[in-house]
Amino acid sequence: MSTLEAPAHLLALYEQMYTIRAFEEQVMELLRIGEITGSTHLCIGQEAVPVGASAVLQASDAVIATYRGHGWAIARGVPLAALFAELMGRASVLCDGRGGSAYFMAPDHGFLGENSIVGAGVPMALGAALARRFQRRDAIGLVSIGDGAMNQGAVHESLNMAAVLAVPLVVVVENNGYVEMTPSQALTAKPAHVRAAAAYGIESVLVDGNDPDAVGAAVERARATAIGSQRPFLIEAETHRLVGHYSGDLQAYRPPGELDAARLREPLVRLAATISDDEATDAVRARVARLLAEELDVARRVPPANPERALVGLYAGPER
Amino acid sequence: MSVVEISYIRAVNEALAWALARYPESIIFGEDVALPNGPFGATKGLRARFDERVFDTPISESAMVGTALGAAVSGLRPVVEIMYGDFLLVAMDQIVNQVANARYVSNGALVPRLTIRTQQGATPGSCAQHSQSLEALFAHIPGLRVGLASNAVDAYEMLRAAIASDDPVLIFESRRLYAQKAAVALDGPLEAVSGSRVVAEGGDVTVVSWGAAVSDVLTARTALDERGVHATVVDLRWLSPLDLNPVFDSVARTGRLAVVHEANTTGGFGGEIVARVVEEMGSQLTAAPVRIGARDCRMPAAPSLSAALLPTPDRIAAELMTLVAPTGAPAS
Repeated sequence: MSTLEAPAHLLALYEQMYTIRAFEEQVMELLRIGEITGSTHLCIGQEAVPVGASAVLQASDAVIATYRGHGWAIARGVPLAALFAELMGRASVLCDGRGGSAYFMAPDHGFLGENSIVGAGVPMALGAALARRFQRRDAIGLVSIGDGAMNQGAVHESLNMAAVLAVPLVVVVENNGYVEMTPSQALTAKPAHVRAAAAYGIESVLVDGNDPDAVGAAVERARATAIGSQRPFLIEAETHRLVGHYSGDLQAYRPPGELDAARLREPLVRLAATISDDEATDAVRARVARLLAEELDVARRVPPANPERALVGLYAGPER
Repeated sequence: MSVVEISYIRAVNEALAWALARYPESIIFGEDVALPNGPFGATKGLRARFDERVFDTPISESAMVGTALGAAVSGLRPVVEIMYGDFLLVAMDQIVNQVANARYVSNGALVPRLTIRTQQGATPGSCAQHSQSLEALFAHIPGLRVGLASNAVDAYEMLRAAIASDDPVLIFESRRLYAQKAAVALDGPLEAVSGSRVVAEGGDVTVVSWGAAVSDVLTARTALDERGVHATVVDLRWLSPLDLNPVFDSVARTGRLAVVHEANTTGGFGGEIVARVVEEMGSQLTAAPVRIGARDCRMPAAPSLSAALLPTPDRIAAELMTLVAPTGAPAS
């Protein structure tokens, strides 16, 4: 990359990360005024991971995320209006209101879905990756999990199975410091999840999860390994969740000063400092704000999910 | 179409071979299914014939079922073998929280076109973790299809229907029946995933059963015939979707209903059948319906102990006689 291209590239990353940030801040407001109901899990502070990864992923790749998955969906190109509508319980083109914030899918965008069972998306991503190998599509299955998921049996079953079956699976562990509401170090014996991958003979890398380019480079390497050598790969991305585990989380468990320190390292602040062009970043934020207002407006015109359809679509065959 | 006299397990093998030949996107995997030819021989010869589309997996039931789901929604047509029905419990999250939700929650965007094959039931000496009949757990879950094959013909036809279906289907085979032979028509027209079947007719009592218990009911029925009591036997075949029309038709004539399953009585699917018949036509019943299942207990290994708990043909016959002639007098 030449130095002349750098600002445009960085501004594009900034715009995508800010889109996710502003979307979720809007979601917080919609929760407050009651236009969204139910438990909602935000990825504020972790935007560099999905944005960095998606910069190198292809349309043929399958992505599965967790219930903290708005950022992954947006980074994969899911339309914001549809996402707003899905979260608002409307007849969204995504899942017709059936998924909500924590369990929606958009396979047309290479997003096989969020998952609200911790770690359970890994076996499914393994299958998606396996299918791509059978289909000779030169594509991967990528699953994002939290560090807490590394203590789930299904994840370890899948790491081993992906290794022995030679499946192009990429696991991204977003280590945000907390297993839901408990500090990670209190619950995980391993000092680093990359060591768990090594135990299965799986190549891995530890990256700065607040740097989208670092994440992108890691995913590029992982993707090349997965496709070129038919081997799984694990990336641990160190980041920090700047909000609670869920929308009602009062975060009394946080030590004093922790959030202030984390805010100095968070991806948007850091990238803005790197870009060092306030006029340009201000313009990006203004543009995103206008776009979000328009998309929310569209979502508000989508009718509520139709109760007459509540029983429809359980089966392909007869509805019994 | 050719008709061959083959065993139940061979019928399963023929259905799997049919699927691999018919659907290039189909794959078969499980524990010991490829190079060892399957723990019971269901996949015998398929690895040699279909190469990497038939493969062995680690003993990781959650990863196996999740892999089937991820592969299915990506365009493959997986058939995963779970060696014993008891091991489905290891994969319960994937089956219930993942597979059963996929189509509905995605509003049809994900198509969980997969089949889970397993076998279940008690055989002499089988331990408590290799002998349960667990179909009710899965029939309770909307989004899944559940079928139990009681003979070699159904083992072939129901498995083909399951694999052809766009819905996730659990097929419970019966290890006890694996050697039982029947004339099976190969490569005939495909059945749908649905339909119960009247396998014997009689005017005194309607007996609903499925899976391995059907053969026990038929044995009991022969004994009843000799005592002048004639039973209609309905093999339910599919618990989901549920086809009770032949049951309603028969109960309208007999006025008496018994449900027989090898699964535990309490919370068994027999209770659901009784409830539906009572809701639909309770006033036409001339006697209270009867559930005949395993006694509510853990399954011991010693054959003398398990026989004391299971619905044996003798016990089925005795309970049906009580239902038909509660005073002990012979039926008219």
